[in-house]
Amino acid sequence: MSALTREETQALIQEVLEVYPEKAKKDRAKHLAVNDPSVEQSKKCIISNRKSLPGVMTIRGCAYAGSKGVVWGPIKDMIHISHGPVGCGQYSRAGRRNYYVGHTGVNTFGTMNFTSDFQEKDIVFGGDKKLDKLITEIEGLFPLSKGLSIQSECPIGLIGDDIEAVAKKKSKELDKPIVPVRCEGFRGVSQSLGHHIANDSIRDWVIGNRDGDHAFQAGPYDVAVIGDYNIGGDAWSSRILLEEMGLRVVAQWSGDGTLSEMELTPKVKLNLIHCYRSMNYISRHMEEKYGIPWMEYNFFGPTKIAESLRRIAAFFDETIQANAERVIDKYRAEYEAVIAKYRPRLEGRRVMLYVGGLRPRHVIGAYEDLGMEVVGTGYEFAHNDDYDRTMKEMGNATLLYDDITGYEFEEFVKKVKPDLVGSGIKEKYIFQKMGIPFRQMHSWDYSGPYHGYDGFAIFARDMDMTINNPCWRTMQAPWQQSAEGEAQTMAASA
Amino acid sequence: MPNVMIRKNDAGELLFYVAKKDMEETIASVETDTCECWGGEVELTDGSRWYIDPISPPPAFPTTLRFKRSED
Repeated sequence: MSALTREETQALIQEVLEVYPEKAKKDRAKHLAVNDPSVEQSKKCIISNRKSLPGVMTIRGCAYAGSKGVVWGPIKDMIHISHGPVGCGQYSRAGRRNYYVGHTGVNTFGTMNFTSDFQEKDIVFGGDKKLDKLITEIEGLFPLSKGLSIQSECPIGLIGDDIEAVAKKKSKELDKPIVPVRCEGFRGVSQSLGHHIANDSIRDWVIGNRDGDHAFQAGPYDVAVIGDYNIGGDAWSSRILLEEMGLRVVAQWSGDGTLSEMELTPKVKLNLIHCYRSMNYISRHMEEKYGIPWMEYNFFGPTKIAESLRRIAAFFDETIQANAERVIDKYRAEYEAVIAKYRPRLEGRRVMLYVGGLRPRHVIGAYEDLGMEVVGTGYEFAHNDDYDRTMKEMGNATLLYDDITGYEFEEFVKKVKPDLVGSGIKEKYIFQKMGIPFRQMHSWDYSGPYHGYDGFAIFARDMDMTINNPCWRTMQAPWQQSAEGEAQTMAASA
Repeated sequence: MPNVMIRKNDAGELLFYVAKKDMEETIASVETDTCECWGGEVELTDGSRWYIDPISPPPAFPTTLRFKRSED
């Protein structure tokens, strides 16, 4: 199927909306749009960050997921207590593959689940005493933790527990930072508010901790990597590029990050933001309070990496700028070999994405480097500013969908017939059963890293082995195939 | 009376950011923008107008200020 025109895409959206009742149709229509790269402000054509309609299948998470799962969870030398019933912590435990180095259970705690396991009596009589006891127990069992965070689950806000008071008391007793985070799941419309709450709690409880302490030897080339969660080792493959350029990476937020790195961040010269959505708040705060400039960068695919490295270098002197060129040259042979190998196998293939955070726009460049085209993209929990940035990256008349429902996504895929769909685990098996190659793009389908030049090689290999997997040719039983059309089986099984 | 963070973008224009409203707009014009004084009525590129009592001396950006919605 060739590229759709603007009218055809609009007609497709109308067709998909047809099944909804009047009110739902009106609401959903605001979230679906045809891209026009010339539009400056996305709010003129797409509405985002609104409550999902009851009755449709949304793929969003909650504020707790945004705070504990995304922002706080990967900080490895702190213990993050899932305060409330046991399920929230247990079913989100270690699923995001935020890699780290350390001895789990001794000095790092990333993949462990700590919970207060609320029972009926805790709801009736309050859970503060239990939290107090729990923190004492944790200190006895894991004395090497550098601090604790209390991640509230829904009941904490509902019954009105005073976790701040417990945190203050225990913090004094143990002489460790204890951060209460009010990230109850019912707050906000998606995990996005959880990111904001988590950022605010970092601002209030962590950032200023070493304001009067000048023991840290700040250098002229200090930077912090912000919003890289080290999924499958992403932050590591980004970090080496910055270090080869001659920059010193003081902090990683928050993949493979530590509490002291976060406390030292106000002393850096530049904040580099990968995931704008989840960490722009803290960067804005540091800009205001400490005068640290911040910039967004993109380490997916050689074109964007080179662009980003040059833009980062522009903040520093000529040595760094020369080093940036040297780094790009150093990896040129490597990435050109990757493109030479995979581009012929992937050229012209069409991709639809539906992910969260930064990926729906950041990976476009990497696909384009491989000769592929992104024909539809959308976010689970983006705000207007994300779409402002996305619309410039996407081609004309491509599909944009915000908080897409399960039904709409399936229908779009059936009509657009992409060669690859990139989304989450809940969508994976639906599309695979429809005979469409699929990559789980939240945590790189158990692969990775995808950032940096090293990551690009893995990205290209993964896309190739998914799209060109022989299994897609055997989706239909031989006796059901038409005489000449065994290659036509792709969409037939839907 | 929202808290507004004002910062400069790469092009040197002033951005008007309201975290609670999830709104970031470019400032189109400021009533008083001299060496001694900054403030008054502020118009954004989306056409909305906001008011702040002129501040003297002008604040260093980025900074957070309290604006009022200006009545027409």
